[in-house]
Amino acid sequence: MKVRIDSELCQGHGRCYDLAPGLFGDDDEGYGQVLGDGILPPSEEQAARLAVANCPERAIELVEES
Amino acid sequence: MTIDERFSRDFREDRGEEPEGTRNPIVTGPVSDWATDFSHLEPEWAADPYPIQDNLRQQCPIAHTDRFGGGWLPTRYADVAEISYDTERFSSRSIIMSNFRPPRETAPVGGSPPISSDPPFHHDARKLLLPAFTKTAVARLEPGTRALCHSLIDDFGGQDVVDAARDYAQHIPMRVIADMLGFPADDAPQFRQFVENTLEGVNLPPEERIARMSALFDYLLEQIHDHIDNPRDDLTTFLINAELYGRKLEPSHVAGTMALLLIAGIDTTWSAIGASLWHLAKEQADRERLAAEPALLPTAMEEFLRAYAPVTMARLVKNDMQWNGVDMKADDWILLSFPAANRDPAQFDRAADVVIDRQVNRHAAFGLGIHRCVGSHLARMELRVALEVWLARIPDFTLADPSAVTWSTGQIRGPRTLPLRIS
Repeated sequence: MKVRIDSELCQGHGRCYDLAPGLFGDDDEGYGQVLGDGILPPSEEQAARLAVANCPERAIELVEES
Repeated sequence: MTIDERFSRDFREDRGEEPEGTRNPIVTGPVSDWATDFSHLEPEWAADPYPIQDNLRQQCPIAHTDRFGGGWLPTRYADVAEISYDTERFSSRSIIMSNFRPPRETAPVGGSPPISSDPPFHHDARKLLLPAFTKTAVARLEPGTRALCHSLIDDFGGQDVVDAARDYAQHIPMRVIADMLGFPADDAPQFRQFVENTLEGVNLPPEERIARMSALFDYLLEQIHDHIDNPRDDLTTFLINAELYGRKLEPSHVAGTMALLLIAGIDTTWSAIGASLWHLAKEQADRERLAAEPALLPTAMEEFLRAYAPVTMARLVKNDMQWNGVDMKADDWILLSFPAANRDPAQFDRAADVVIDRQVNRHAAFGLGIHRCVGSHLARMELRVALEVWLARIPDFTLADPSAVTWSTGQIRGPRTLPLRIS
């Protein structure tokens, strides 16, 4: 599984980097960024689901790696 | 001394005696029917708007009023979201629903960019501000905010009852934004006047409203002149020097953005802190749980923001149209109620309950879409620190007199009198 941010939808609310700081960070303007390659370790799965469930813009996705 | 020609004369002189635009008769008095005659400026709404909004959502769900020259109040989350995202058909050129509509030519800049701006200008005006308001940037203000909260509580002395709105909540955002703008801390009492004039003076006669807004802009021009003479590392100097499209900002843009940061920075956060303390004062189980489990505070805080969202915005309809079953006219107001959206049962389980460990919480307290509150990270920092310090210092507190609590009127809702028994 990987995490993705749709940068067209992200408005910089920052819920992802509040709730899952191991997976997301902020850029110089406060928009969310995926840290590293976005591959989701099992230990971060709960945090990732919280980030998805709390993004007001529905900009975060968990995608199956192909 | 630096010469900056832009501010050598008052930019307001260019637009004549009175701002052009459309004025409507002021209609006040009890609301006959909330579905057809709503007003967010009446005492019933200020005291408790949620049952009104819940009824409208079930029955209407888009209310209308002839007051303010005509306007609509959507109450479903889906409608509020759709309007927030639709900047093609809804303009932000005025975001305070009043009896005055600024002329159409004010778009896309508006009087207080970027909140009053439409695309494409909006994006560029907003981009200037974003770096100063990231979570990383505002984290630098946290130690000072924490020290301020402690000193406010120290000042309570041995009192048994304190007014948490007047003596605690309001001072926190006032001092923080005054520091960011580089305004003297001693001027804070004036800021409260400016805030009330802008947001609660909506139904005053136009001459009085203009006079009151002039006082705010007189103050801002004074600060601009002081910063031109003595530049420093703050947002005022930043805005004076900022450039857009290869040139310095228009003087009205500099002053309008300063007005926005001052007004929007203060009573919103003041309201959020006050409403959270009000809730905790009356709900013993939530208060005891949060005092015992401080790690739950960030989650609980989001729930307070959902349930007591302080901010309602406004939009103006651009052209006549049928929209989700209603017949909107050009220049009709939209009262864009994030509080109503946040209590829509179609969007939130147990929407009417305050659930402090709610895990799924896509609330819209800071808006949705391109106008997401620029200060949301600052507001969250202030709210978290204010509640952390209060709960650590005063874990046990109750409403001293529930009937003495008063709430602000208008688009920003929060307690303005909040007597709490703290011992």
